[in-house]
Amino acid sequence: MNAPDRRAAGLPDRQVALVDLLDRLLAGGVVITGDIVLSIADIDLVRISLRALISSVATAEAPRPDEDGARHGS
Amino acid sequence: MSTPPAGPSLVYAYAATPPAPALDHVLPALTGVAGRPVDLLALTDAGHGPAAAFAVSDVPRSEWDEEALKVRFEDLDWLEETARAHHRVIEGLAAHTTVLPLRLATLYADRASALAALRHHGQALATGLARLSAHTEYGVKLYVRPAAAADPGATPPPAAGAAASKPGAGRAYLEARRAQQHARDDHYAQARTAAERIAALAAPHTADHVRHPAQSGPLTASGAGENVLNDAYLVPDAAAEAFREAVHSAVRGLSGVRLELTGPWAPYSFAAPPPPPTAAAP
Repeated sequence: MNAPDRRAAGLPDRQVALVDLLDRLLAGGVVITGDIVLSIADIDLVRISLRALISSVATAEAPRPDEDGARHGS
Repeated sequence: MSTPPAGPSLVYAYAATPPAPALDHVLPALTGVAGRPVDLLALTDAGHGPAAAFAVSDVPRSEWDEEALKVRFEDLDWLEETARAHHRVIEGLAAHTTVLPLRLATLYADRASALAALRHHGQALATGLARLSAHTEYGVKLYVRPAAAADPGATPPPAAGAAASKPGAGRAYLEARRAQQHARDDHYAQARTAAERIAALAAPHTADHVRHPAQSGPLTASGAGENVLNDAYLVPDAAAEAFREAVHSAVRGLSGVRLELTGPWAPYSFAAPPPPPTAAAP
């Protein structure tokens, strides 16, 4: 199969290898604190235990039920 | 744990982007996780103009809260489907604007919370977007090809008795093993050479570099050889061609090494800046 120009970014059905995708999705990406429900710890695909990926749910232990913007400076 | 006093939906955030009007045409064509539509969540405050927006989908709380995710993250099929949907949205956005991908399964309780996060992190997100503008990620993977046995499979380890009765066989076996070991060592040495060449020739064309753990395990293609290098590079778009050429040239003449150049990727591996203020401000 000849790979012509793969620079067709955004081509929606360009099938990437799942392992490469998970490298990036489970270890990359910005982790923003706040209301995030799920954050994923570093992953070792050698012994993938998906359960180990789950760390915590912020909403479940949301420290302050009061509203977000209220907290902002001023 | 008590049920949060919120609606039936959570907000799944894919990425931060500049709030570009160009996306107005892109978003309706995108399908997000769980088959949901994707839209843009931007701050509308006067004061500071929106520095960044989130691409989001509303997802059913019952399927995306902690309990549900704990179960679903065990399901590789679901994980793949979700990862590909997340990726599809990121790619769709990246084709039109700079994208700062968020970690898979970044969820907010509601849109107000997501907006609060945007407000709180807006400056950092804008800084990250500026850093990633006109840059693309590429993956560089090196595999060591398996060393073929001199006489593959045909020479079983001689039993002690057989070796005694056929003195040549044992020595031939050992020599074959030694040759195979040599070839293997040679292939590893070639991989080191390739890695050094990439560092010398390709890295100068790049803006940043991340080393992912070498891949192994059930998700990797068997027979591909051993993955010994799994790097990601952030490449200015203007240098992409030179970078790719340099990477390919790095393995030229190294028959024991196989190169896999992946991408272009949205800059997943470079989304997180060197950790800025993380802890809650006093």
